[in-house]
Amino acid sequence: MVLTETDRQLIAAIQGGLPLVSHPYAAIGAQLGMSETAVLARLSALQSAGLIKRMGVVVKHRALGYRANAMVVWDIPDAEVERVGELLAGESCVTLCYQRPRRAPGWSYNLFCMIHGRERDSVLRRLEQIIQHHELGHLKHDVLFSGRSFKQRGARYVMAQPESSHG
Amino acid sequence: MDETDRRLVNRLQEGLPVSRRPFDEIADTLGLSVDALLERIQRLLDDKVLTRFGPMFNAENLGGALSLCAMQVPRDRYDEVAQQVNVFPEVAHNYERDHSLNMWFVLATERAEQAATVIAAIEQATACKVYDLPKQEEFYIGLKLAV
Repeated sequence: MVLTETDRQLIAAIQGGLPLVSHPYAAIGAQLGMSETAVLARLSALQSAGLIKRMGVVVKHRALGYRANAMVVWDIPDAEVERVGELLAGESCVTLCYQRPRRAPGWSYNLFCMIHGRERDSVLRRLEQIIQHHELGHLKHDVLFSGRSFKQRGARYVMAQPESSHG
Repeated sequence: MDETDRRLVNRLQEGLPVSRRPFDEIADTLGLSVDALLERIQRLLDDKVLTRFGPMFNAENLGGALSLCAMQVPRDRYDEVAQQVNVFPEVAHNYERDHSLNMWFVLATERAEQAATVIAAIEQATACKVYDLPKQEEFYIGLKLAV
């Protein structure tokens, strides 16, 4: 799907968030000189095409008391990544699970999963149970807890002035 | 957060319809007026329980790229390098982590071919090597962070 100029304006208008009013799509339309019907039609098309996954929220785990945020990284033989990735993704405490490339020298892990918990100890206990249960003890892994968070905002996909902002 | 907030956050994670009055159904389910619902969402945003309320994009389908990047930053330069990295508008968030690779950030670019340019610019600005670790496969999780 090729984005039209209207689509770009629409994405730029909503990527920072939907207006908190009873008719948010009418408000966006008023801002862009479009009808509410036209806004709904384009957004539905973008959603059907898979460019927008859904209208939803990003929850900040720390604010909800999930203070311990562990990125668990694994070095899995390539032939087993699919199987182990699916096992980990099926665990209730795992909130993300991705395969990523190794980068030698310096980084040999190819499977990443996030485990959120209220305390570090409980996250580590949970991880130990997962390792026992799925017999993953022979696989090299490391646990990277997060410290300070320096910047947290949604990604921006369309810059307001795409041609001039990066020279 | 009260019980209604919890139900609201759980419900919002499932997504909102693209329709003229997208809040009506949730307000109804929670026994709130739409105005009261919108006030609660605003408060959850103000309190930073929610960091975003709106469209969740699929960067790859938009022609862009999303990658996780890591750097090994010397302890005594950490805050300085964090500032140098965060200046880039393509850096969406940035966490300190306890590993020799101690700075981890998400890079989102509008076009896939821009990622290498931005990474080179970050390496030049910080004098630190960037490990670029784009997702190769995502294992399906679903929405299950019940609060």
